[in-house]
Amino acid sequence: MIEIRELSKHFNNHQVLNRLSLNIEKGQTCVIIGRSGCGKSVLLKHIVGLLKPEEGSVLVEGKEVAKLNPLELDQLRFKISMVFQGGALFDSMNVADNVGFSLIEHTHITPKELAERVEESLHLVGLGGIGNLTPAELSGGMKKRVALARAICIRPEIILYDEPTTGVDPITADSINELIRSLHDKLKVTAVVVTHDMKSAYHVADKIAMMYQGKIIIEGKPEEIQASRDPVVHQFINGLSKGPITESIGNSR
Amino acid sequence: MMFTDFFITIGHRIIACMSFFGGLSNLAAQTVYLTFKPPYKWQRVLEQAKKAGNESFPIVALVALFIGFIFALQTAYFMQRIGSEIYIASLVALTVVRELGPVITALIVAGRVGASNTAELGSMQVTEQIDALETLATNPVKYLVVPRFVALGLMLPVLTLYANIIGIMGSYIICVFKLGITSSMYMNVTFDALLYKDLFTGLFKAWIFGMIIALISCYEGFNVEGGAEGVGKATTRSVVFTFIMIIAADCFFTALFYFIFP
Repeated sequence: MIEIRELSKHFNNHQVLNRLSLNIEKGQTCVIIGRSGCGKSVLLKHIVGLLKPEEGSVLVEGKEVAKLNPLELDQLRFKISMVFQGGALFDSMNVADNVGFSLIEHTHITPKELAERVEESLHLVGLGGIGNLTPAELSGGMKKRVALARAICIRPEIILYDEPTTGVDPITADSINELIRSLHDKLKVTAVVVTHDMKSAYHVADKIAMMYQGKIIIEGKPEEIQASRDPVVHQFINGLSKGPITESIGNSR
Repeated sequence: MMFTDFFITIGHRIIACMSFFGGLSNLAAQTVYLTFKPPYKWQRVLEQAKKAGNESFPIVALVALFIGFIFALQTAYFMQRIGSEIYIASLVALTVVRELGPVITALIVAGRVGASNTAELGSMQVTEQIDALETLATNPVKYLVVPRFVALGLMLPVLTLYANIIGIMGSYIICVFKLGITSSMYMNVTFDALLYKDLFTGLFKAWIFGMIIALISCYEGFNVEGGAEGVGKATTRSVVFTFIMIIAADCFFTALFYFIFP
C-alpha cells in the first residue's frame, strides 16, 4: 500500500532522512518511533505529498507521490487523511465546519447529509453534539479527537497520525489509543502513527519501525521490538538516559 | 576580513531581495491564474470584502476628512496672501482625487487589513493549518489568497471614491464656513477642475494598490517561520514592504500617466 524507497531529505545541512526504506501493507497499523526531531513528521509529510524527496521515492498504491500532477495529488488526498500534532483545526470555523470541510469544499452533499456525516464522525470519536463549539473552546485532547473526526469524515483508506498522544494527559492518551484501534477495526483503514510514546506504540501497532539517524534501523511486531538486543533500540524503548543514542549526540557536539 | 564580511552581507541582502521578488512574482502568477479558474467561491470574496471595505470605511472616512481640513487650511495660508482663495477648491480636488485619496486609503488599508492578513495566515502557517488545507485537497492560494486579492482589488477603488468625496467635503467645510467662499462657487470650481481622467487614474492606482496589499500580506504570512515571534516579524515586514511598494508603484504610475495622458 505504502512503499518508501531510499528516501533522502536534508534541511540546513542536516540530513534528516538518509536513504530510508519502509513498506506498509494494506490494513496494517504501522507505528514509527524515534526521538523528537529525528524526522518522523518529515516522513509523514512525504507520504501525503507536502514535501518532495531529494532522492528516492514514496509510492502509494503503486503511484509515485512526487510525480503526480495537482489533480492526481488531490485525488490521492481524498484517500489519505492526516491528523496533525496540534490538531491544526481552522480557528475561523466551528467544529462542524472543520469536520465537514472536505465534503463542503469538494462535494455537492446536501446540508442534511452533511450534518449527518459530521455528527456520525464526531460520535465515532466520542464527541457527539459539539458541532457548534469553536476550536478555542476545546481542550487539547478534544482538539486531537476533532482532528481525527475531520480525518475520518471523508472515509479515507489511509490515516497518518502525527504524535496523536503528545501533550495530553495519560487518560486522554489511552482513549486516543483506543480510538485509533477501534477506527482501524471499524473502518479497516491503513494507519501510520508517528510517536515517541512507547505505551501508545505497543497499544496500537501491528508493526513498529524505529527511525535513527535518518534510517529505519529495526522493524517488526511489538513483541519483536521489545525483545530486541540492539543497544539503540533497547535504550529508546526503555527510556534510558545513558546509552548509544545520547553518547552519539555527545560525541557529535 | 572586514571587507569579506561586508561583501558577504551585501550578497545575503541581494539574495534575500531576489528571493522576495521571485517568491512574490510566483504567488502573483498563481493567484491571477487561480482567480479565473473555477470553481468560484463568491461567499469568501464577500467575507473578505466586508472585512477590507465595510470595516475600514470609518477610519478611511475620518482620515480623509482631516486631510481635507488640513489641506484647505495649509493652502489657504498661501492663497490668501495672493488673493486666490477660490483656487483652494481646484487644488484640493485635483490633489485628493489624483494622489492623496488613493495613497492615503491604501496606506490605511495596508496597516489595517494587510497586517491582519499576515498575522492570520502566519498563525495558520505555524499551527500547520495551511498544511492541513493541502492535505484536505484544497489549494491554499485558491482558498486564502484569491478571495483577499479579489476583495482588496474591488474594495480599494470603492474606499478611494469615498475618501475623495469626504476629503473634498472637509475642504468645503473650511472654505465655506471659515474662508467665506460661497457653496455654489466652491462646487463649480471643483467640478471645473476635475476631468474624468483624473478620477480614472486615481481609481486605477487604487486597484493596483489593493492587489499589492493582498499579495505582499499573504506572501509574508505564508513564509512565517519560528512561532509567535516569527508572526510578529512577518507582520512588521509586511506593512513596511507594502508601504514602500505602494509609494514606488504610485511614483511609477504617476509618471506613466503623466506621459500617456499629459
